[in-house]
Amino acid sequence: MNVINFTPFSAFAGGIIIGLAVILFFIGNGRLAGVSGIVNNALVSKKNRTDNFLFIVGLVLGPIFYIFFTENNIPFFITSSLPIIIIAGFLVGIGTKVGKGCTSGNGICGISLLSLRSIIATITFMITAIITVKLIG
Amino acid sequence: MISKIISFISGIIFGVGLSVSNMINPEKVLGFLDLFGQWDPSLIFVMIGAIIVSAPVFFLFRKKSKPLFADNFSIPTLKSIDKNLIIGSGTFGIGWGMVGFCPGPAISSLALLNTYSVFFVLSMLGGFLLIKLINGVIVSS
Repeated sequence: MNVINFTPFSAFAGGIIIGLAVILFFIGNGRLAGVSGIVNNALVSKKNRTDNFLFIVGLVLGPIFYIFFTENNIPFFITSSLPIIIIAGFLVGIGTKVGKGCTSGNGICGISLLSLRSIIATITFMITAIITVKLIG
Repeated sequence: MISKIISFISGIIFGVGLSVSNMINPEKVLGFLDLFGQWDPSLIFVMIGAIIVSAPVFFLFRKKSKPLFADNFSIPTLKSIDKNLIIGSGTFGIGWGMVGFCPGPAISSLALLNTYSVFFVLSMLGGFLLIKLINGVIVSS
């Protein structure tokens, strides 16, 4: 293992900002900012639909505000082919729906609530993702 | 009304956090998942930063009778460690490792007008709908 491209300060700062979004959503609306759940509910449920759509619109506006106010570019590279993208998106949709959570819902919110379920979910998706990268990378 | 503004602003702040940490970038995420190759530990610092902020607030604020702008807290009560949790999370991890996109960054990256982000998000919605369809069939049969 070689450590490369490590950006601890921007990572930690970005994490704190994400944490602020999570606590605002919790203190204000009493909800957990798990993105897979919010997107899934916006699609299939009438409950809180406007709130969910507004959260999603905000999520898309975030990078635009960041670029506008900091005048930084956001490095962004995808090397996967289109069929792989489509299969991966499908697996992420199926998996987060069946497992009830993604990196934000289980990985950040669930762990912050000390939920054993979320801790096990996070360990599980980390392991299968690392194995997948090892196999296809 | 205020709750709608809170949802909107929470989404914006979340998207800014993904931009600052560059977690919106699949290459950056794959760097973290490439544990046995060229490893970039940044993602774990993102999670630690977010958890340090949210854990104490969750702990203190959930004891209140209700949130500021809603009638009650909606915290999942599910505690069981079942096969759906393992199969679902495991499947999610495979998709995550294939491209380096999880739901938050994939949605946020739509801002960058990359066609691949659009295909990824549409496929993800397809996955949600497929499970809803299957669950519907199981429930009605």
